[in-house]
Amino acid sequence: MINRTTKLLLLMALGLMSAIALSACGDSDSASSASADSPTIGFLYVGPKNDYGYNQAAYEGSQAVQKAFPDSEILQAENVPETSEASRVMEKMIKDGATIIFPTSYGHLEPALEVAAKHPDVTFMHQGGQKTADNLGTYFGRIYEAQYLTGMAAGMMTKSNKLGYVVAVPIPQTLLNVNAFQLGAQSVNPKVKTTVVFTNNWCDPGKQAEAANSLIEGGADVLSQHQDCTKTIVETAERKGVMSVGYHEDAGSLAPNGWISGSVWNWGPLYTEIVQSIVDGKWKGSDFAGNYRVGFADSDAIELAPWGGEVPGDVKSKVEAKQKEMKAGDFYPFTGPIKDQSGKEQIADGETPSPTELETTDYLVEGVVGKIPSQ
Amino acid sequence: MIVDVITGAVRYGACVVFAAEGETVSERSGVVNLGTEGSMLTGALAAFAVTVWTGSPVIGALAGLLGGALPALLHAFLVIDRNADQLATGLSVTFLGLGVTSALGTGFVDEKISGFDPIAIPLLSEIPFFGDVLFNYDILTYVALLLGPALWWFMKKTRWGLILRATGESGDVVYAYGHSPRKVRYMAVTAGGALAGLGGAQLVLASTLNWVENITVGRGFVAVALVIFASWLPIRAALGALLFGAAVSLQLQLQARGVNVSAFLLGMTPYVLTLVVLAIASRGQAQRMPAGLKAVFAPGGT
Repeated sequence: MINRTTKLLLLMALGLMSAIALSACGDSDSASSASADSPTIGFLYVGPKNDYGYNQAAYEGSQAVQKAFPDSEILQAENVPETSEASRVMEKMIKDGATIIFPTSYGHLEPALEVAAKHPDVTFMHQGGQKTADNLGTYFGRIYEAQYLTGMAAGMMTKSNKLGYVVAVPIPQTLLNVNAFQLGAQSVNPKVKTTVVFTNNWCDPGKQAEAANSLIEGGADVLSQHQDCTKTIVETAERKGVMSVGYHEDAGSLAPNGWISGSVWNWGPLYTEIVQSIVDGKWKGSDFAGNYRVGFADSDAIELAPWGGEVPGDVKSKVEAKQKEMKAGDFYPFTGPIKDQSGKEQIADGETPSPTELETTDYLVEGVVGKIPSQ
Repeated sequence: MIVDVITGAVRYGACVVFAAEGETVSERSGVVNLGTEGSMLTGALAAFAVTVWTGSPVIGALAGLLGGALPALLHAFLVIDRNADQLATGLSVTFLGLGVTSALGTGFVDEKISGFDPIAIPLLSEIPFFGDVLFNYDILTYVALLLGPALWWFMKKTRWGLILRATGESGDVVYAYGHSPRKVRYMAVTAGGALAGLGGAQLVLASTLNWVENITVGRGFVAVALVIFASWLPIRAALGALLFGAAVSLQLQLQARGVNVSAFLLGMTPYVLTLVVLAIASRGQAQRMPAGLKAVFAPGGT
């Protein structure tokens, strides 16, 4: 029999736990003294801000904005699901004075469009979306340019000529990354193939671990990935003694032996530029036709992560030379002729599609092993 | 490739085995615990955090047991002593676990641990085929493999197992026999939560070596469903969990070898296949449901 004291203790424990759970929902300090020069800015992330991934990159961008606008109040909301919950968070931010909002996850777009329609005086900039409104623009980076470079490095360093790529879900941005990775790899190693595995989830580390294992068991000796949380695949590769290429964030410290490099975001300058244009009253919306789809040639938003300790000098210099060409605007990964897996020409000889055209990509290039899961 | 699929199935299914066996124990005492997912999460975070602090995955795994037991104890208190609705309480416990671990876990997302590595059992692991699929796992996965048979033995062959089963069938009889069904249920639910917590520990200490919010992504609910379709039989529940693992492992291995897999299959196979197979296996066995689960819940004497 449980006595009164025990019951009381249990109830107190329950009370404490719910209090913690409630406080986790997060509350931004209200009432800011925002002025036109130092607007209150809200950032939404779909995951935690320290995930070694997509969200951490965006969070670091928000910190750069804070530095550039020290008097601005920055409202942060982590773990915002891609549901009507996102609308509620944005409404709350607006109530707290936000006049600029960055919903940074792909699935935050629909809620953002909804909230934007109700608040024409608030400016929204969505990360990676393909729809816009009068007060909602979108931006993204041509991260596939960096993927081309890491593909080159992987292509030079592989011994089995089999690269593995763990993809979350098949959308144009993930397919572009796989394609660029393979194109980069085969530009230096005609025998190399990239095998893709889709996990059908943006962050399920248990499944990522098995996806990585299956690729390694299938013979891959370099793993790349497009996931929201990226640590597990890098660490699984390191445990199994194969090399890895990172995504979103530098994870080199997790894999001292196998780390090659990675495609990482440096959102700070672009976020700051966007906020500045809004403060100056120069923001005119952005349809995503190349506007704010930035790459090596026109921004610092994408970068290569620091090289791993085992990467030989000639690999580094070859990749860095190509990066220089990209920065000068002399080289784009998707210049034709480019054929898909069936051998059909998707991009004609000499043609370089615009970012808008590329964002309709629904095929994998020749040399990629594995199929896009049919719809 | 068959070896790879099977080993993948075991590695992936192990945490579900723990949770399903935990739920089996709980339901055999007459209490449904939908808080299993929550227990997996608290167990996983406790295991990860303690491993970060102590550097020892063994202590971490013990913390996982404890971490999983706590939400289950809360569930037991609310449904047994407070007569709360089992299903609603279980779901609340799961959401509580999700909320608490999301909040407390943010500081652990960027931590690095060294977890359990596979231990090849000498000699046995050199047997062709069977050596690879049975004798080359980490310690927690071995425990998972033994758990189903161990629970079967416990329930079938021991006095305490009999009391557990009797409590689920008829608390009154157990009471008349001189035992407290309430006490038995408390122990069963808490032990079930502890096992689910160990499942969470297996996930973070042997598989991912990482913590992220909601790392179990519904595996606890899969476990609850498995228990029903396995007719509350521990060995069948373990096989169901491994089958679930096999379906996931198979589609990953197929993809890694360049075989086309449809998006529908990708998302649905593990669930559909597991349910269909278990449903067929348990045809006509609805009578196996512990009678206590069918009746209006009576917490039983003191």
